[in-house]
Amino acid sequence: MADLVKFTIDGIELEAPAGTLVIEAAKKNGIEIPSFCYYEGYSLQAACRMCLVEVERMPKMQVACTLPVGPGMVVRTNTPQIQAARKGTLEFLLGNHPLDCPVCDKGGECELQDMVFRYGAGESRFTETKIHVDEQQWSPVVFYDAPRCILCFRCVRACDEGMGVGALGVINRGAVSLIAPNMQDHLNCDECGQCIDICPVGALTSGTYRYQTRPWEMEHVGTICTHCSDGCKTTLGVRHEQIMRGNNRDRSGINGEFLCVKGRYAFDFYDHAERLQTPMVRNVAGKLEPASWSKALEVVAKKFGEIKARGGRFGIVGSNHTTNEENFYLQKFARECLGTNNIDHRRTGDVTTLVDALSGTSGTLATTADLYEKKAFLIIGADLSIEHPFLAFQIRANYRHHQAHVYTVTADEVREEKTAVRAIRKPRFQEFDALPELRDALAAEPNLVILFGDSVKGEDVRKLVAFGESLGIPVSYCALVDYSNSRGAIDMGLTPELLPGYHASGTPGLNVGEMLAATDLDAFWVIGENPLENAKLSTKRPFVVVQDMFLTETAQKADVVLPSASAYEKNGTVTNGCGEVQKLKRAVSMLGTKPDLEIIGLIAKEMGFAPRMGPWLPDTVFNEIRKAVKGYDIPLPAITLGAQQTMPVNGRVGVQTNPDLVASAHENLFTSGTLGRYSKILNSVIEKRANQ
Amino acid sequence: MTFSPELEARFERFLAKYPADRKRSALIPMLIYGQDEVGSITDEFVEEIAKRVGVTPLEVREVSGFYSMLHHKPMGKYHVQVCTNISCLLTGGEELYERACHKLGLGHKQVSPDGRISLEEVECMGACSWAPAVQINYDFYHDVTPEQLDKLLDGLKAGKDPEQITEVPKVNC
Ligand code: SF4
Ligand code: SF4
Ligand code: SF4
Ligand code: FES
Ligand code: FES
Repeated sequence: MADLVKFTIDGIELEAPAGTLVIEAAKKNGIEIPSFCYYEGYSLQAACRMCLVEVERMPKMQVACTLPVGPGMVVRTNTPQIQAARKGTLEFLLGNHPLDCPVCDKGGECELQDMVFRYGAGESRFTETKIHVDEQQWSPVVFYDAPRCILCFRCVRACDEGMGVGALGVINRGAVSLIAPNMQDHLNCDECGQCIDICPVGALTSGTYRYQTRPWEMEHVGTICTHCSDGCKTTLGVRHEQIMRGNNRDRSGINGEFLCVKGRYAFDFYDHAERLQTPMVRNVAGKLEPASWSKALEVVAKKFGEIKARGGRFGIVGSNHTTNEENFYLQKFARECLGTNNIDHRRTGDVTTLVDALSGTSGTLATTADLYEKKAFLIIGADLSIEHPFLAFQIRANYRHHQAHVYTVTADEVREEKTAVRAIRKPRFQEFDALPELRDALAAEPNLVILFGDSVKGEDVRKLVAFGESLGIPVSYCALVDYSNSRGAIDMGLTPELLPGYHASGTPGLNVGEMLAATDLDAFWVIGENPLENAKLSTKRPFVVVQDMFLTETAQKADVVLPSASAYEKNGTVTNGCGEVQKLKRAVSMLGTKPDLEIIGLIAKEMGFAPRMGPWLPDTVFNEIRKAVKGYDIPLPAITLGAQQTMPVNGRVGVQTNPDLVASAHENLFTSGTLGRYSKILNSVIEKRANQ
Repeated sequence: MTFSPELEARFERFLAKYPADRKRSALIPMLIYGQDEVGSITDEFVEEIAKRVGVTPLEVREVSGFYSMLHHKPMGKYHVQVCTNISCLLTGGEELYERACHKLGLGHKQVSPDGRISLEEVECMGACSWAPAVQINYDFYHDVTPEQLDKLLDGLKAGKDPEQITEVPKVNC
């Protein structure tokens, strides 16, 4: 800890570590120094002059955002001179600012409005004509309205430093300065929308939200992004049962204000025109036709009952997106009521071998916070910025703030290389060959986080952990997985060989591949997954039930299709790739759909298993999970407000799992399985990029 | 994009002045002297320089847009720059500029139809002690009177090179 310095702000005696900026010291002690360009975490700019303060024995007013506190420093933030300076600064900013507040997206939550309200002059001496520049669209996501821009350069820094993209710049000078995109008249970038969100005014607006609503007309619901496994909290702005926007301006959750394009905008699959809103049952003519919920459930229950009664064969495929409660409930129903271990999901990373291999070692699972705090990172076989935008953002911030050492071993060029101390290229599955040459450097680090993709699986995971152990430093690990609840699906026992909590299931059933290959399946039940996208069932005519949001390739083959609710339409918990459990909160309801938990519960009830299954209430099921899965015994308040990491096993995992089943889809920034196919914004971005 | 051997040699010299990871420091001189040969800061030129100094084209544009002596369209063979910043303003710079506008029939950053002459109103050129100052390409004219300006401009219009307008000598800096 740096030495403490004593100083005074507005007559109050304060202390702060040497190097603390006056603006931060004031904020910590409840004194507001207004600012525009200063932004915690990004480089200092001193561009706006809003933060001027008086410092005794300094001849001129000082910018509080770049001035470190000094011993005996006497700062005043609210003298007549300061008040006049603020009025002057705002008068300048408004000198060219259009009267757009009545229609501007930012109206009501605009920092310029707030500043003028609190510190402004109320009148202007400017009589000059305002400079007009037409609004520009830079991408499907990003629009720029130059006259509203106050040239704080926050967007430029967020893109360059935060995202590592550097797609925005400042051109020209003085009053005619403009923010400019990297391709002259358009953007080629991550489309993350960070620049839009960080803009204090309405100069940058988003294609999805612009001119749609007034901020105060929305309710704000904090939930978890349903796309990748990074598990970002997103706060959905909801109006009249419609999601208007996603952001995380309150910086709550593990991700602070970070969201990628999927978390911020790609919630829009939920009201796609092709969203299923009524159950469908295949009629005698062989066509799927709409049916009532009671009719559809009756058909499923009756058929499942028959098959069970004659000892028929079930094949059940669960999802990487459904909640822990749904996954737990599903496997319970499968195992205890239908009497089958033929249950699986698409495995995207070898978590099972990792937790097994860690048993008895000093290694731990990495948390999301570790990525910002630990000293060194070894990234193996993953394009982190593209496949795990938030994890990459954490490491980038760590590099910026603490000069973290990054080592990469990848097949192709990755963004992390730009800041890496060592970057090695190795083809997939040969990444191991690079480790010996990294050994000495890694062993000299104070601690290390190893993140690995799906090319490291099975025995390789064990070798990797052994390598980590041999370094003699604290090492934590992250087996990268694809989707929002990929990790939870494994923890909850959505595999034929493992029960919830990684206990051996005894008699392992069929995995997905084996279900597809089997010629004697009687029923094939798929919940939120699309195994028939590029594959066929070998069984001639099994009874197929599909719960999904859309008529996927798999749903098209179904005998009964049950329309399910999306993650934004239900409550429950999900576990991110780092094993952190977080809560989903229902933001909207979609007419005609039901959460998968309820659908499974209703099928069970129809079959007479209601007493055995217990109520389909997320909290009740979570209580069961707490008892069944080690590590999930966490206090509910902890996850109501944030995330808590779980370590789901203590000791060896009962059975070996087949590493060949592990394969990541390597979703990029603009794809997200089925969800991505139905996201308007992701499709328009993909289309735009294809046309350029 | 190719440049003359002389310019290439000059670029080499600029780049050699800075450490390998600070090549971007050579950006401004490369733009200025490159502009003399290329005619203006064209898109192709921007891309080429970006590649050579290891920055993005956008970063080059940030610089080229900031400095008013870098032009994004070609100026005339003789680029007349009249200062109207404070010292020159107080000593008649603005009148000189207006006079030049009338005489040449050109406005700020405009070029004569034959491409020979262009005009620009510029900020302080560091010649305040000899205000009002005028610059034609890289040559300075100090303490310029309206009569001298007329002679200069008439000469240029008559097809003369500045060197041939001996009545108004340029300053040797
Ligand atoms: S959307 Fe993201 S990547 Fe694109 S310019 Fe804005 S901050 Fe940069
Ligand atoms: S666009 Fe917004 S964030 Fe960017 S400089 Fe202008 S006001 Fe600041
Ligand atoms: S990084 Fe992943 S979890 Fe976070 S917003 Fe993007 S898709 Fe969602
Ligand atoms: S906040 Fe200090 S100058 Fe902008
Ligand atoms: S003001 Fe004209 S040269 Fe300085």
